[in-house]
Amino acid sequence: MSELRSSAWEPSRRELERRAVRRARARRDILVATVALVVVLGVLVVGITSAPGWARVRETFFNWDEAKDSFPQVIRGFGKNVVIFLVAEPCILVVGAGVAVIRSTVSPLMLPFRVLAVVYADVFRGIPTILLVYLAGIGLPALELRGLTTNTMWLGTGALVASYGAYVSEVFRAGIESIHPSQLASADTLGLSRWQSMIHVILPQATRRVAPPLLNDFISLQKDTALLSVIFVFEAMFSAQDYTNYHFNYTPLVVAAVLFICLTIPLTRFTDWVARRMMRREFAGVVK
Amino acid sequence: MTDALLEVTDLRKCYGDKVVLSQIHLTVQPHDVVCLIGSSGSGKSTLLRCLNLLEGIDDGVIRFEGREISDPRVDPRAVRSRMGMVFQAYNLFPHLTVLDNCTLAPRRVHGLAKADAEQRAHHLLERFGLSDQAGKHPDRMSGGQQQRAALVRALCTQPTLLLLDEITAALDPELVGDVLRIVRELAEQGTTMILATHEMAFARDIATTVCFLDDGRILEHGPPAEIFSDPREERTRRFLARVLAAG
Amino acid sequence: MQRSHESEPLPTSRPLVASIPGMRTPRTAAVLVPLMLLALGCAPQDSSTATDTTSSEPNATPADCAQGKTLTDGTLTIATDSPAYDPWFHGNDPSNGKGYESAVAYAVAKQLGFDRSTVTWVKQPFNTSFAPGPKHFDFDINQISITAARAKAVTFSDGYYTAAQALIALEGSPISSVTSLADLKQYKLGAQTGTTSLTALRDDVQPDSDPVVFQNTNDAKQALLNHQVDAIAADLPTAFYITAVQIPHSTIVGQFQQQSGSPEQFGMLFQKGNSLVDCVNQALASIKDNGTLDSIEQKWLSQTVSVPVLQ
Repeated sequence: MSELRSSAWEPSRRELERRAVRRARARRDILVATVALVVVLGVLVVGITSAPGWARVRETFFNWDEAKDSFPQVIRGFGKNVVIFLVAEPCILVVGAGVAVIRSTVSPLMLPFRVLAVVYADVFRGIPTILLVYLAGIGLPALELRGLTTNTMWLGTGALVASYGAYVSEVFRAGIESIHPSQLASADTLGLSRWQSMIHVILPQATRRVAPPLLNDFISLQKDTALLSVIFVFEAMFSAQDYTNYHFNYTPLVVAAVLFICLTIPLTRFTDWVARRMMRREFAGVVK
Repeated sequence: MTDALLEVTDLRKCYGDKVVLSQIHLTVQPHDVVCLIGSSGSGKSTLLRCLNLLEGIDDGVIRFEGREISDPRVDPRAVRSRMGMVFQAYNLFPHLTVLDNCTLAPRRVHGLAKADAEQRAHHLLERFGLSDQAGKHPDRMSGGQQQRAALVRALCTQPTLLLLDEITAALDPELVGDVLRIVRELAEQGTTMILATHEMAFARDIATTVCFLDDGRILEHGPPAEIFSDPREERTRRFLARVLAAG
Repeated sequence: MQRSHESEPLPTSRPLVASIPGMRTPRTAAVLVPLMLLALGCAPQDSSTATDTTSSEPNATPADCAQGKTLTDGTLTIATDSPAYDPWFHGNDPSNGKGYESAVAYAVAKQLGFDRSTVTWVKQPFNTSFAPGPKHFDFDINQISITAARAKAVTFSDGYYTAAQALIALEGSPISSVTSLADLKQYKLGAQTGTTSLTALRDDVQPDSDPVVFQNTNDAKQALLNHQVDAIAADLPTAFYITAVQIPHSTIVGQFQQQSGSPEQFGMLFQKGNSLVDCVNQALASIKDNGTLDSIEQKWLSQTVSVPVLQ
């Protein structure tokens, strides 16, 4: 907002009155918001803690001593979750982008790969991830294929990559198809081959455009690493369950949940920031 | 002269049942500046896209640099690397800097080394007053700067023929002049161009030939003095009257 | 739910029968107990006006004790996990009376005055059996070990079985010829979560790499077959069943007792403070004293094959 600069300008009385009214209104809004927050929180807290079973629930789920005792075991398991998603995520991006690119080819040579890509995306989005994890961790080693690891952590990670790769390939495909056709025309005009256009022009833009949904999938992946507990990977959730089974107290599960939240909340805020920045960039031209 | 740069004979283009271009004849000599004028939907853009092999044609022959390029066995990529085209909008690749935009094709298509490509790009950017934009991303530039950069990018591949599709149509009026200035410079230096445009005054100034397209046909063509001052066809006259009155 | 008192898990249970005059010496007990059983067997079934009309004991019978303390009047609801594994049950059907725990449950039920037709079985996954809130069973019998930590959240009956731990491996594998605990350390060992077997691995064997933990026995068996572990630990009766029936070409490497602490016993799990536990303890004492428990153990957990002990 550029205003006329005049060194001798003073607000008129009318303007001062208006400002006073706005200030008063702002104060009132803050007061209303605070009261509303206190009332809602108060109702929630009172409602929960005055439930008849609250003492028992607190003892069983929010027991500080149990939380302390189980923490070392749970956080050790959590280290495994971190490793799993740090390894899985880049693989997922590669698989997802690769499948999306394959689906966008037109060459007749690529037809079998295109068909495979469609089958892969459909099948692996259809099978529940937990089933895939189970099949990979227990079914695959039963085949006794030489050279295939029997370590369930890597088998499970592979299952996660296969499952999420299918979803992410759809996200990439949507991104690729959303690029303005003039971009492809510009690339064609410059003489770039289809492959060069994809690598240098389309894919970089598509990736930026779908960064928010990709980040969302990443956050979801972090939680789904807990699925590997079904194939005896001793990660955070299984570690918590094991402690629970010995002590008959569910607090370690709450501890594990808190650890997951500590990980995902910063990432969700980051995702929001990226999305906002992208909106600004995308619509910069329109605003102008 | 039989050594025309571009020769279009009896070109026909349909979209399904709709005929968008028919009986198009056009000859472009080296250093010609051909302006295509006509109302929206008259087929100007389609014609340019057909010349660039972005669209297939339904009949007719296009010969470029002595070879028939409308032959399906011809590699369109090789043809396009000898032509340059600039569109109305969304030309530049937003994720790359202007410099990277300009060096992408020379490096990847023409096999130029990075340093050489950058040198050529810098030289051209400087010539057209854009040297301080080299490191910027397109979203940080005004529309006029973007179109000028798009022109430079097209020139970096050293094309023998430049196709410009209403490149000032999407710009604010005060930015149009900068872009037209570059086009004029290029025309004066002898760059062969075919441009579709609404800027009549500009067309009259720089064109060697003006073609008036109406309903998919070249209704009239000739030197600008003839077309603008004393057109033969009634429809040409009406079109010019409408456009010039509004402008 | 009434919370009269907490029951302490006793390391060894003092049979209540011993406090009855005349029962202190085994000889007299051996004579009187069958008579008592006979009397009990003829006693009228659970009815609202039941009194000890035919019983010769001065104290209340377990059946009297159990009056009105069950979830549903006239029915005893017992829970166990699914699948219900051999040799504790048989054919995944707890109600057929076959298998050690099924037999024990029915023996206790009979003492409490419930015959086969008034006993109902429900499914309860192990890791929710101790969840807070009202339970939909009277007690849960599922090879659950009694520990002090667990007793804070639930009430246990007295122990009814103490199991030794055993190690199962595939025939001919390197680990199958190991004879001492120390030699086991280099191998990949596994056990089910929450079991005494896993604790034994962690505390007594202490292998070089962390033991692999399984959700259930099926996963453990599959992992052994897939060569994902070298050996799995389970209690000795389960180990027998696995090697005899379920995994062909498997063998028991050896058995070992818990070194640290006193051996854990299996107990029945009750809602915390459920007073039915006293009646069940009475019933347990009865069947221990009259030899029923022993004969059940003989029938279902026969350990006739000698298994080497790993030290």
